[in-house]
Amino acid sequence: MLRLLADRLSRRAFLTAATALALLAPAAQAQEKTDFKVAWSIYVGWMPWGYANDAGIVQKWADKYGITIEVTQFNDYVESMNQYTAGAYDAVTLTNMDGLSIPAAGGVDTTAVIVGDFSAGNDAVILKDGATLADIKGRVVNLVEFSVSHYLLARALESVGMTEQDVSVLNTADPDMVGAFQTPDVTAMVTWNPMVAEIAALPGATKVFDSSQIPGEIIDLMVANTDVLAANPDFGKALAGIWYETAALMVSDTPEGAAARAAMGAASGTDQAGFEAQMAATKLFPVPADAVAFVTSPDLGATMDKVRGFLFDKGLLGPTAASADAVGIELPGGTVLGDPANVKLRFTDTYMKLAADGAL
Amino acid sequence: MRAINIRPSRGAALMLGCLPFALLILAYLVGSALRLADNPADKLLPSLTTLATSIDMLAFSVDRRTGDVLLWADTLASLSRLGLALAISTALALVIGMAAALLPIMRALLSPFVDFVSMVPPLALLPVLFIVMGLGEVSKVALIVIGIAPILIRDLTLTATALPREIIVKAETLSASTWLIGLRVVLPQVLPRLIDSLRLQLGPAFLFLIAAEAISADAGLGYRIFLVRRYLSMDVIFPYVAWITLLAVLMDIGLSLIRRRLFPWAEGAR
Repeated sequence: MLRLLADRLSRRAFLTAATALALLAPAAQAQEKTDFKVAWSIYVGWMPWGYANDAGIVQKWADKYGITIEVTQFNDYVESMNQYTAGAYDAVTLTNMDGLSIPAAGGVDTTAVIVGDFSAGNDAVILKDGATLADIKGRVVNLVEFSVSHYLLARALESVGMTEQDVSVLNTADPDMVGAFQTPDVTAMVTWNPMVAEIAALPGATKVFDSSQIPGEIIDLMVANTDVLAANPDFGKALAGIWYETAALMVSDTPEGAAARAAMGAASGTDQAGFEAQMAATKLFPVPADAVAFVTSPDLGATMDKVRGFLFDKGLLGPTAASADAVGIELPGGTVLGDPANVKLRFTDTYMKLAADGAL
Repeated sequence: MRAINIRPSRGAALMLGCLPFALLILAYLVGSALRLADNPADKLLPSLTTLATSIDMLAFSVDRRTGDVLLWADTLASLSRLGLALAISTALALVIGMAAALLPIMRALLSPFVDFVSMVPPLALLPVLFIVMGLGEVSKVALIVIGIAPILIRDLTLTATALPREIIVKAETLSASTWLIGLRVVLPQVLPRLIDSLRLQLGPAFLFLIAAEAISADAGLGYRIFLVRRYLSMDVIFPYVAWITLLAVLMDIGLSLIRRRLFPWAEGAR
């Protein structure tokens, strides 16, 4: 009898404890995160983030949603992505390819909040003493291995019926590209702006292929941790607000616009004219409706399919990936490329659509 | 009994020596388990199974892209650069160091320059080296030589000039020529020290090797680490770091053995 009572009591105690826990858990979740950290690095399509921070645009939108956003510039692009993947930052600027191979393949569920632009000439294949791309056959090609440059090379070779077997690739750090091109044994190079502009201006250099020939495949994004976004969607809205206000200013033909471009140029180590030349090789999306149209078009799925094929081929989807399907990619509308049980990279038009509808 | 007089037994000493390693491994396992529980695809502290899979892929399987076994191809590339650089540095140390130690005229000519060059931070020269010597093997070997040769030269000169003057005078009274004194009196006494200073320079040599390979290469231990760093592939970086450490330790032990084998008489001088 006593035993029964004790049993009932303990069972009751257990139930009470369990109920308390069950009540506590959602309470803990409802305690919204309101402080966010964003990392960005120097690149023409990402300069607006730094400018928005300096010009108080970040502050303005953060205040509107009652949150704080700390924007940090990284001098090293790779380090910024690694920090994001390790969990030190809530959002980061990166390309579609790196988004898939670094955070997504690293198991961090990532959502592309903003499609800011795509490269339309910012990345290029440059030859010394060669007129056409076909002249690359048999040469040593200097590039940052496994970067978008490597992808561009693969696509360029494909366009003339060659494969990577027809050239040999030599990994070279991007700060040394301009210097390296001037040494006699370097005869072919793939890199990005601002290096492309400098190298193409050197005697004997010919740009034989650039990213405008594969439009929309090298996409620059602002991505955020999916769980963080789900817990507080205001963070995504604030990011969209910041981006579209700054991007509109950046392309505007007003004295304020020119001042913004001059500031962004100075921050990226060039001047207003140099920066505008880089902008010309970039297809920016300052109008949210255009970005929505881009991200919802079926071309995005086709592009990501090519990108994941390339990454898998290079072993960059992780040592355990059995096929390019290993990491699932969700497209707007819910279509999933690859493993639906392991979706780690999500494209969405949610926040850009809010901006397009003026609902921010 | 005073603490300074408490000595561990052989077994206890062995256990104490293993303790820091065991703690390090334990801390790693706990950290790894915690992070993996949070995110099964976490790359920062991979599990032992992932590490084993990666080691198997790196060290025992043929890479489908290059057709090589990566770890061996990288090791071969790195060690040939390092070996060449160490050989050149040692040769330079012998020639310049001996000349400066024996001949006052050569000392006046070379010492200020060597002292000056030894203070140049080699890594700061790297961009210049790459422009002047290209991105190939020459600049990588040159970086290591610039980094360690001046130290070896200075150390050898210092050791040689610190030899008791009486020994040289004695050899002179026995009518030995400058050449003979250098070859039979000074050289044997500085060689053990040269091997020791080479051992001490192994660390810097690896540092310069990895720095050079990070900038431009298509194979090498440093190349691989900096390539996969982009993908936070700690499952590759950890084994490579362990392997580089092991290589350096083995080279150190090897040089120490050579020293003991060739110059057993120098052991007592320590």
